[in-house]
Amino acid sequence: MNEVPVTHILFVSTALFFIGMYGLFTRRNLITMLMSIELMLNSVNINFVAFNKYLYPQKLDGIFFTIFIITIAAAEAAVAIAIIINLYRSHHSIDVEDTTEMKY
Amino acid sequence: MNYSSYIALIPLLPLAGFVLLGIFGRKYFNQASGIIGTGLLLISAILSVYTAYQYFFIDGKVGDTYQTITAFKFTWLTFSENVSIDMGIILDPISVMMLVVVTFVSLMVHIFSLGYMKGEERFATYFAFLGLFTFSMLGLVISSNLFQIYMFWELVGVSSYLLIGYYFNKPSAVAASKKAFIVTRFADLGFLIGILILAFYGESLDFKTIIANLSSQQSTQFAAITSASFVGISAITWGLTLVFMGGAGKSAMFPLHIWLPDAMEGPTPVSALIHAATMVVAGVFLVARLFPLFVINESALSVVRIIGVVSALFAAIIACTQTDIKRVLAYSTMSQIGYMMFALGVSGTGGEEGLGYSASMFHLFTHAFFKSLLFLGAGAVIHLVHSNDMKDMGGLRKLMPITHISFLIACLAISGVPPFAGFFSKEEILLAAYNSSMTVYAIALLTSGLTAFYMFRLYFSIFWNKTQNAESLEHNAHGEGTFSMKLPLILLAAATVLVGFIPFGTFVSSDGKALESHFHLMFSITPVAIGLAGIFLAMWMYKTENNKPQQVSTALGGLYKAAYGKFYIDEVYSFITKKIIFNFIGRPAAWIDKNIVDGMVNGTAAGTAKISSLIKGIQSGKVQNYALYFFAGIISLAIVFIYLWKQ
Amino acid sequence: MTASQIIFYLISAFILSMGILSVTTRKIFRSAIWLLFSLIGVASLYFWMDVQFIAAVQIVVYVGGIVVLIIFSIFLTQQSGKEMAKAPLARTIAGALAVFFGFAFSYMLIYQYGFKPAEQPFDTNVARIGNAMLNVELGGYSLPFEVVSILLLAAMVGCIVIALKIKPEEK
Repeated sequence: MNEVPVTHILFVSTALFFIGMYGLFTRRNLITMLMSIELMLNSVNINFVAFNKYLYPQKLDGIFFTIFIITIAAAEAAVAIAIIINLYRSHHSIDVEDTTEMKY
Repeated sequence: MNYSSYIALIPLLPLAGFVLLGIFGRKYFNQASGIIGTGLLLISAILSVYTAYQYFFIDGKVGDTYQTITAFKFTWLTFSENVSIDMGIILDPISVMMLVVVTFVSLMVHIFSLGYMKGEERFATYFAFLGLFTFSMLGLVISSNLFQIYMFWELVGVSSYLLIGYYFNKPSAVAASKKAFIVTRFADLGFLIGILILAFYGESLDFKTIIANLSSQQSTQFAAITSASFVGISAITWGLTLVFMGGAGKSAMFPLHIWLPDAMEGPTPVSALIHAATMVVAGVFLVARLFPLFVINESALSVVRIIGVVSALFAAIIACTQTDIKRVLAYSTMSQIGYMMFALGVSGTGGEEGLGYSASMFHLFTHAFFKSLLFLGAGAVIHLVHSNDMKDMGGLRKLMPITHISFLIACLAISGVPPFAGFFSKEEILLAAYNSSMTVYAIALLTSGLTAFYMFRLYFSIFWNKTQNAESLEHNAHGEGTFSMKLPLILLAAATVLVGFIPFGTFVSSDGKALESHFHLMFSITPVAIGLAGIFLAMWMYKTENNKPQQVSTALGGLYKAAYGKFYIDEVYSFITKKIIFNFIGRPAAWIDKNIVDGMVNGTAAGTAKISSLIKGIQSGKVQNYALYFFAGIISLAIVFIYLWKQ
Repeated sequence: MTASQIIFYLISAFILSMGILSVTTRKIFRSAIWLLFSLIGVASLYFWMDVQFIAAVQIVVYVGGIVVLIIFSIFLTQQSGKEMAKAPLARTIAGALAVFFGFAFSYMLIYQYGFKPAEQPFDTNVARIGNAMLNVELGGYSLPFEVVSILLLAAMVGCIVIALKIKPEEK
């Protein structure tokens, strides 16, 4: 396991994070924005587990963080879907460009 | 003698009348407001006479000099340890005399107005304004402090404005009140600058202190003020001349006289009070107040003299041609005030030298009575005929006997016929002029001849001239007027007859000591003869209806036209203000104000609005843009904290 | 090049390529499927890193729960057939630049930081995880566990309230 240096794993997680961020900036659909957020959360999970395994193998903190992040991501995804459905009812569209009521 | 207990009441009672009638009069009292105003003023008049009695006969004198008594003093505003504005009341011969004059004439005007203004809708407002004016004038004459007199000066101007513009529905009245206020205000600019000069060098604003500081040749202030000079004229001459400019404006001296004829738009009792007997003599009063300073400064005194004499002659010439009876009386007032001014101008101080001072004050005293009588009589005539013009009058002597007799008495007085009051005061003035300068004496003599002529022209045109007019008027006239209109005429006529016999010099003189006035028979013959000549000339031309006036006016040609057009002074002023001041000063100033000053403020606002409309685009409502800005912020913070901010 | 290294690089390439496909495709249903594969790739990475419990949780919750939920919502909002609109070009370029710059900056920081790996073996059996989760002493996670349970309850109630259809009063 220690043949792969930790920076390589961190490369993967960083790349995944920024891929998710690109999707967040560029996608016009609310649901695809949610998917990009899930990608970002996953990259953070990978980070935590990698640090736990390579730097502090005797503790379990990273794993627990990951468990809780997964839990909370699930709750957040559920609430986000509920909001999207509510928004769809009023706007009849889930294009994020149509939700500009907070414009000046 | 403790004067302060009741002296303050004398001006405050009319002020209370103003406040009471101004606030509540129209709604609650209306017709009773005349009685209230008159009653308050009656009390004031009685108090003034009592004060005069106390001052002149009981305890005003110490040794043989009348003292200046400070009855009341209250420090209001202190600028430095020397200069402060104190509100105070001083009593000296001229102020006590003016108290009596102002309250008595005001009382007569109040009583006359009860009948004259009856039925007016704004009856209470009229009496309120009269109360305000009386308060201001009384405050002016008992002021102890240059600044206080300036305050009351302006108050008098405001009251005059309110009263001239009383019939505010008439555009001519509104224009006249504005003209009066603006011309006197312009003169007051000079007055204020003069006050500042005198206060600065005299190191005080108080009359007593300023006179003491600046009149004694040894004082440091005197040295300072005579050595400082501007454009070659010493500071004291500037100060006194500018103060006189204020006085000249208020007293309608040439060339600031243009407002007085127009001020006749106000109700006639107002003209009697303000523009004959009291306000217009404020300028003379001011020069008399500062007389110890004027008398040591020959240049300022000569200005007073020259302006006085020019005004007297100028106004007398114009008065010979006017047909509006009130305007004739207005120019007559200007002429008589010119007399008072040059009498002060030829006066010295002390003993026989100071005759001019006593004569001027005596003429002020007698003039108040006969001029207000003339105006009130004219008011009664106007009330009957409903017109101001001489052409609509004539043959009224049988219709209004009391007015006729009192008007005749006043005309005789003003023409200097003995034994009426005007003879004594004019004789003293002419004597003072004769002692001082022959040119002044000659002009004064000519003017008194003209005075007699135009006054009797007026008298004959109103009461004689047309005989058929009397019958036609009798059918639709309503009589001479109520008792309240006749009573003041009778009282003032009695005063005109009696007042001449008061030995005025023993009470009012330039240095406080009694001045014995002698009756110079040989000297008096010339003026009386010239006066009688004027009267007979007027009788010859105007007693019966004929065309001699037209013949004379065509014979005089251009001179007559110029005099009838009031020597075109109004046109000159109009030209200066409209073409020169408006175009070269007014328009550029307005342009600067509208474009530059307002433009800067508006430009700031417009610039802010433009910047904000550029910035507001950031709040687009699009979440992803916000996310981008968010990320950019995080990255820049990270760069700053990791690389740039070296701990 | 040992086998585990090769396996790691393969899994990483899989994850990243699925991720890129997920954020760039124009059809929404495909985007969801690519996301699903990417998450399965992450789970296999957990397997490779020897944390089997997390891998299992990832598959059960993320893949089996969240992605299914996303697919349901796609159906509910009737988006499954059409092609999605593209973002304005300016934003695409700005996003790409931001992402590229951010990635370069972050990876440079990571690369320059000297990580010192510890030499001890990594032992995570489920019993140990379970003991730690319900441990009330120091080093135990029972408080976060309870808090997260309450949060899940609140999220459930909140979702129901938000998505509730308000019937019109009179018909």
